Amino acid sequence: MLDKNGIAKRIARELRDGYYVNLGIGIPTLVANYIPQGMDVVLQSENGLLGIGPFPFEGEEDPDLINAGKQTITTMPGSAFFDSAMSFGMIRAGKVHLTILGAMEVSEEGDIANWKIPGKMVKGMGGAMDLVASAKNIIVAMQHVNKAGESKLLPKCELPLTGVRCVKKIVTELAVLDVVPGKGFVLLERAPGISVEQIKNATRGKLVIEGDIPEMDIQ
Amino acid sequence: MNKTVANAEEATRDIQDGMTIMLGGFGLCGIPENCIAALVKKGVKNLTCISNNAGVDDFGIGLMLKQRLVKKMISSYVGENEEFERQLLSGELEVDLIPQGTLATRCLAAGYGMPAIFTPAGVGTEVANGKELRNFNGKDYLLEYAFDADFAIVKAWKGDMSGNLVFRKTSRNFNPMMAMAGKITIAEVEELVPEGALDPDMIHTPGIYVHRIFQGVNYEKRIEQRTVRKKA
Repeated sequence: MLDKNGIAKRIARELRDGYYVNLGIGIPTLVANYIPQGMDVVLQSENGLLGIGPFPFEGEEDPDLINAGKQTITTMPGSAFFDSAMSFGMIRAGKVHLTILGAMEVSEEGDIANWKIPGKMVKGMGGAMDLVASAKNIIVAMQHVNKAGESKLLPKCELPLTGVRCVKKIVTELAVLDVVPGKGFVLLERAPGISVEQIKNATRGKLVIEGDIPEMDIQ
Repeated sequence: MNKTVANAEEATRDIQDGMTIMLGGFGLCGIPENCIAALVKKGVKNLTCISNNAGVDDFGIGLMLKQRLVKKMISSYVGENEEFERQLLSGELEVDLIPQGTLATRCLAAGYGMPAIFTPAGVGTEVANGKELRNFNGKDYLLEYAFDADFAIVKAWKGDMSGNLVFRKTSRNFNPMMAMAGKITIAEVEELVPEGALDPDMIHTPGIYVHRIFQGVNYEKRIEQRTVRKKA
């Protein structure tokens, strides 16, 4: 089973040289720690920065320099600032190659829900609806089951949707899966020490198992 | 052209009960601290506020919520404010949650003199309820209207007496497009300089969009999530 860092490490293997990438709050933010050495990847922060750098050294925090999670950050050589309209302009225009975000539920058609639990929690969609409506490639990083032990990979989302037919891939603590509309969750890899049976039991939507499923290599 | 006013009280003097106001900032970054304090002091009521976030419990727009100045919030993300969430879930506060890019672009449209925009954000979700849908090149888009705000209140790093503004780092965020979108735009700046002191090539918001400008005082610039690394 993978921990949060393991999920981030596995997702980092989906990065490609030259990619502009938007990382959501939570596990996706950790992906920044596993960008392969020598790979040229630029991180976009939707509050107006291309080229997110590491956290500042103690004492060098700048209240005017934060990421979309409101954390203090730094810039990189080659960074650029811009306003929120341009930020979503570049997202909408498909300039951002990959969006990695968390989810409460994903359906076997690629629908995603991650912004609201009616009557209980309303945080808002932030930039997620814009990102999932426009990104060419969307990877979801999440736990396979929720705190109550219920599967988050469903035939249909039960919570209010963030976007429809948009999620391409899911990485959980148990597995890597492609989402293929009309087909379902296609199992690609198992987490170390996890059986296909365990993944089946944790997946309520249609799980497609073709041939032998390899254990993932995250070294 | 001299658009300077003395302070936040003078700048906000004619903001009245029931008006719609835009407030720049992302989280607590780039928020008009002086004008928020002036509105709280003035106690103007039943406001509709357009702002990406709603501050935190004891800072930013959170201060306005606590004093019940706000009738309706139009925001994209309100996650860090318990008082906001409580007022929302109990029905005391009207809230229109909209996608962040839609929020930014509805401001932009107002400042560009365009009545509406089309965006794919929210298609197939409850955000699309009751809205016109159009298909362009095989993809569905929602029609979203330009905002109509009585006042826009923004915070800039530097500004000159004629209202030209320069923002700093990610505190730019929603400020430039909100500055463009208000019927009356108020800019508070950390440093007010004479005309000619700013390089015309470096100006983010031209003064034509700004009606009142003043140098703010006592900026707290609170950090919401202080994240650091240790020096090796």
